[in-house]
Amino acid sequence: MSVREDLGNRMPGGDAGLIVAVLVVLYVAYVLAGVGLGYSLRGQLNTVAVLTFYIGAFAMLALALNLHWGYTGLFNIGIVGFMAIGIYVMALVSKPLYQSGGAAQVGGLGLPIVVGIVAGMVAAALLGLVVALPALRLRADYLAIVTIAMSEIVRFSFLSGEFQRFTLFGRRVGFGGGSGLILDFTDPLQAFFETFGLWNAYLGFVDAFGAIVPTNPKPVVDGLVYGLVLLLFVAAYYWLLKRTGESPFGRVLKAIREDEDVANSLGKDTNQFKIKSFMLGCALMGLAGILWFMTQGAVTPNTFRPRITFFVWIALIIGGAGSNTGSVLGGAVFAAVLYQGPRYFKNLVDAALPSFNAPSSFGPAVAPLLSNLNPAPLFYYTVDSIRQLQLVLMGLVLIWLMHNRPEGMLGHRKETAAGIPLTSPRTRTAATDGSTGGDEGGRPTDAEGGEGGERDE
Amino acid sequence: MSKTGNDADATETDPNAAENPADAPILGGGGPTVTAERPLEVEGLRKSFGGITAVDGASFHVEGGTLTGLIGPNGAGKSTTFNLITGMLSPDEGTVAFNDEDITGMEPHAIANKGLVRTFQIARELEDMTVLENMMLAPKGQRGEKLWRSVTPGVRDDVIAQEEELLERVWDVLEFFDIDHIADEYAGNLSGGQRKLLEMARALLTDPDMLLLDEPFAGVNPSLEKRLLKHIHGLKEQGYTFLLVEHDMDLIMENCEHVIVLHQGRILTEGTPADIKSNEEVIEAYLGGNV
Ligand SMILES: Nc1ncnc2c1ncn2[C@@H]1O[C@H](COP(=O)(O)OP(=O)(O)O)[C@@H](O)[C@H]1O
Ligand SMILES: [Mg+2]
Repeated sequence: MSVREDLGNRMPGGDAGLIVAVLVVLYVAYVLAGVGLGYSLRGQLNTVAVLTFYIGAFAMLALALNLHWGYTGLFNIGIVGFMAIGIYVMALVSKPLYQSGGAAQVGGLGLPIVVGIVAGMVAAALLGLVVALPALRLRADYLAIVTIAMSEIVRFSFLSGEFQRFTLFGRRVGFGGGSGLILDFTDPLQAFFETFGLWNAYLGFVDAFGAIVPTNPKPVVDGLVYGLVLLLFVAAYYWLLKRTGESPFGRVLKAIREDEDVANSLGKDTNQFKIKSFMLGCALMGLAGILWFMTQGAVTPNTFRPRITFFVWIALIIGGAGSNTGSVLGGAVFAAVLYQGPRYFKNLVDAALPSFNAPSSFGPAVAPLLSNLNPAPLFYYTVDSIRQLQLVLMGLVLIWLMHNRPEGMLGHRKETAAGIPLTSPRTRTAATDGSTGGDEGGRPTDAEGGEGGERDE
Repeated sequence: MSKTGNDADATETDPNAAENPADAPILGGGGPTVTAERPLEVEGLRKSFGGITAVDGASFHVEGGTLTGLIGPNGAGKSTTFNLITGMLSPDEGTVAFNDEDITGMEPHAIANKGLVRTFQIARELEDMTVLENMMLAPKGQRGEKLWRSVTPGVRDDVIAQEEELLERVWDVLEFFDIDHIADEYAGNLSGGQRKLLEMARALLTDPDMLLLDEPFAGVNPSLEKRLLKHIHGLKEQGYTFLLVEHDMDLIMENCEHVIVLHQGRILTEGTPADIKSNEEVIEAYLGGNV
């Protein structure tokens, strides 16, 4: 009956300890590589900031997807569509009002960033509802088809001229079409600190940081702090989804994933549960899209291609669907190793061998290997094409995982779907008959329960 | 002391069911009080799959507080009848009434919440959930099934308190069925017989008035079969109504007070076990069919 012996239990600090340990390993690897190649402190800090950013983004997305797939068995392959809706609606609401002569072709409603974030999440949830209503009643694979189609429809809608510019509440707003949308609202970090009246304190901190990075420390600090903010959001997602999973609500979700008919015939309105789970996950994906893109200065629809959806799936599969801890780990490992890893590796090679000239195509790259066993051109060629090879690498990792670790890094790992630890409520031995359990009055015929004690052998 | 007679208009989530789980009629208590004399009435039920007519105008009823058998050779339409009654399938024709209320075409969860709960012919456990998780799923009126209650600080305390109560009750039932020693096991690891026990125990935790059991003894060893039967009889004494599908004639004859014989989707005959035993048509159907 030792079903829950796993890494998390052997780590000091349990799951949190495990997550921290993995993060430390990843950061140390990055920093050591940087040190070995003589990166400046500024470069190191920027590397750490970028790494943290993507760890945060993918951990959030994997957690949200875990709610859909790991808990409820909903096959959502339109994640990027919900992210796009999130950031675009947020921009629509929070961009300043249109002013002729400004850099931006269109304006927004000029509302505070927080309002925009909430609106973006609500829009993503509502889009989820629209997608889910027809699809959830059909077989599971229909949801897959509908979600991926939806994500492409969303992208094409933002690309189209129709929505490039329109009028809403008498304001000139729009999504900018194919040329993109300038996100000219207040710097989100500034808005964040101003909400708590801490903006000046923050600026003071940036100045103090000048002792470490003398020239122009603000971008460095901004990057690091924004990464930290994302990690805070990861913690919030984790907290929310853990409570969601460890509850009667989560229990029904788990039952739906296992066998929806059973849950239904036990009196659970499974469509209601699926819709709620789906909408919550979509809202969280919308928020992740907002947090990912709102500091980027501008967004274009073609950023939101299905590949991002597949990245999130790989992250979840690495971590193991069904586990929130696994989702965070999967997001972190994916971001550090598969997403940022190859790019960082290329930078390392560029720095180590600054003078190399990569062949421009495959032919010249292999020819030296064949003619005089010189592998260098092929190596350079490979490194140079690392962005394309990244996808191949992900595919290989996926295949390896499917064969060797189909249940993810943590192995078979299912978090208990209950608000309390499910152990025997009997504090004393129930050996004496007659007094089994209920000590409350009103059950005088308890002795009949003694039947449970008899055994036909 | 247990239910009052308002089952027929009970809402989907019956708060009383969970408010006082200790009053559950499973152990000791008075059992369900069935309002209708004939809790289940099936009228002219018909269902075809393409060319096959699985159920062909079946009409029958089940008396309250009885153990009624539904027998028939393989393919007679017994499971399909269950699916039609419980809303898993909707009938082409005919009506189903439970406690004098027309439930034809209702969703399975709505029917289950009215107190009519089924088990499956092939035990359908939630394999990646432990026995306890399986059991905790079943009770009605769980406050924490509302997402906002489960996540909101403070409000969640209520949910936790109810979970504690439910666990007590679940444990009672586990002990009653003698499966408390496998409480932490994943349901997927259970033996066939243990699954059948779990499935019945789980169904009982929904506070049903009537249980439809589809071949609960298939693949169950004889000693476990005896134990299951004893549980069923015990529960019947408490007022539960059972409709039992089984193709072992002897078992039905020994345990049911009323037997309905289904053959090629139609009611061939019904009556007391003695009537059925001496009915030549039944013997022919069984010998001609695939027993
Ligand atoms: N979902 C279905 N699709 C097609 N045919 C079905 C379906 N369910 C049952 N049948 C057919 O209906 C008939 C009755 O089946 P069933 O109700 O399972 O019989 P029983 O439970 O009495 O053995 C059989 O011929 C079976 O093949
Ligand atoms: Mg059958």
